[in-house]
Amino acid sequence: MSEWTEIVDYFRGRSMWMLHYCTGCGAIELPPTMTSRWDMERFGITPMATPRQADILLITGYLAIKTLKRVIYTYEQMQPPKWVLGFGSCTINGGIYWDSYNVIERLDKYIPVDIYIAGCMPRPEAILDSFVKLKEMVQNGEAKGYEKYVKNYEWYKANQDKVLKRTKPVLERIEKVTKIG
Amino acid sequence: MVIVEFLIKLSQGFGIGALALATGLLFGGIARKIMARIQRRYGPPFTQNFMDLFKLLSKGSVSHGWAFDLGLVAGFVPMLAALMFLPIGPFTLFPSDSSLIMIVYLMMMAYLGMAMGVLASGNPNSAIGMSRALMLMAGYEVPFAAVIFSIYFFSKTGYLTQIVAMQSGGFMNWNIVKMPLGFLAVEIVLQGMLGEKPFDQAIAPAEIASGPMVELGGKYLGFGMIQHSVALFLETGIIVDLFLGGAPNFWIFIAKQFVLYFVVVLVDAILPRLRVHEATSFFWKLPLFLGILQAVIVIIQGGVLNV
Repeated sequence: MSEWTEIVDYFRGRSMWMLHYCTGCGAIELPPTMTSRWDMERFGITPMATPRQADILLITGYLAIKTLKRVIYTYEQMQPPKWVLGFGSCTINGGIYWDSYNVIERLDKYIPVDIYIAGCMPRPEAILDSFVKLKEMVQNGEAKGYEKYVKNYEWYKANQDKVLKRTKPVLERIEKVTKIG
Repeated sequence: MVIVEFLIKLSQGFGIGALALATGLLFGGIARKIMARIQRRYGPPFTQNFMDLFKLLSKGSVSHGWAFDLGLVAGFVPMLAALMFLPIGPFTLFPSDSSLIMIVYLMMMAYLGMAMGVLASGNPNSAIGMSRALMLMAGYEVPFAAVIFSIYFFSKTGYLTQIVAMQSGGFMNWNIVKMPLGFLAVEIVLQGMLGEKPFDQAIAPAEIASGPMVELGGKYLGFGMIQHSVALFLETGIIVDLFLGGAPNFWIFIAKQFVLYFVVVLVDAILPRLRVHEATSFFWKLPLFLGILQAVIVIIQGGVLNV
C-alpha cells in the first residue's frame, strides 16, 4: 500500500495544475513565469481556468476582506489534494497594507498555506523555486495542508467568521427608523 | 466455442481502446512539446499527458447528478464503439459493409452525449461552451458530408476495408491524389473537429473558463481527457483510411496519423481564435466549396465520362 502511495505522490508532484488568484500587483510576475523566458510548463505546471480543475491555488498579493471571502469559496471548490502558495509579503504580514482596516494580515489564519514566497515582489525565479520545493514536498508526502484544513476546520472557521462577520448593521434600531409617521 | 470467440473479441476490443488512448495521449504530449519549441520554450516531457491523466484519476471529484455521470459515459462509449469499425492497419474488429456511415454517425453521437453531461452541471459557462461546440459542429459537418458523399460515389461502397483495398499498390492510387480538393476540405474540417485554433471557441480558457470542462474536476476531467485522446485517434484514423490508403501495419498507420496531426498543430500554433459565427460561416464557404467542387468533379468523371 505504501508503495502505491509513493507512486501516486510521484505523479502528483510531476503534474500540478495551477489556479492563480491575482488581486494585487503580483499578477505581473506570472506572465514571464508561464511564457518563453522562464517556462514553468517544463515542470508540468500549467495554468487552469477553474478551481475544479486546479491543484495549486496561487494567491498573489494582499487580500481585502471582500476578496478573502471569494478565496475561501474558491479554495473549498477545489478537489483534494490541493495546495496553497502565498505569494509576496502581503500574504505573510500584510506588507505595505499592514495597518489597513480592511486587509487581512496573515493568510494562514484563514486557509492552510503550504509555502510562502517572501519578497515584494518575488521574481519569477522565486516562484519557480517554490514550485520545485512544493514538488519535493508533495513527492515526500509532506504537503498536507488540505488535511489540516479538514482536521482543524473549527479553528479556521472561527478565524474566518471573526473578520467576515465583524461588521454590525449600520442602522441599529431598524424598526424605529423605517416606521412612517 | 461462441463464448471463446466472444472473449477473444472482447479482449481485442479492450486492446484497441487502450491502444487508441495511449496513441492519443502520446500525440497530445508531442504536440505540447512542438508547441513549446515553436514558442522557444523547453516544454514538458512528451510523457506529460500520461502523468496528467494518472494524477487526475487519483484526485477527488464531485458529481452534479446522475445526468452528469451518464452524459460523460455517453460521450465516451460511442467513440469506443466507432473504433471497433475502424480499420487500424490491416486489422478491423467488426468488418461491416456500412462502416463509414456507422463511424460518422457514432462520432456525432459522442458529442451529443458530452453535451448532455456538461449541461447537467448547470454552469452558464459550460452552456455557452457547448452551444458554441454544437454551432461549430453544424459548420464542419456540412463540408464533411460533402466529402463523404464524394468518397461514396467514387468507391461505390461504404465498406472502409474495401475503400482501403482500392487504394493499395502505390502512392498514385491513394485518394489524396485522386481527390486532392476533398482532402484539403477534410484537413480543414479536422482542425475544427479537434477544436484546435482557429476553431477553439468551445474551450476558450481565458474567455469562458474552458467552456464545457468548467465543472469537470478530478476523475471527470480525466474522463474528458480520455475522450479527447480517443477522439484524436479516431478522427485522424478515419482520414488515413479514406485518403492516405490505410497502412500495412500499425506503426505506419500511426505515422500517417501523426503527419495529419502535425499539420493541425502547426496551424494551431500560428493562428488566433475566430468568433464562433465567423468560424461557422467560414466552414460554409471555403471547405464546403471545395467539398462540393470535388463531388462535382467525381460525378463528372465517374457518371458522365465513365473514366
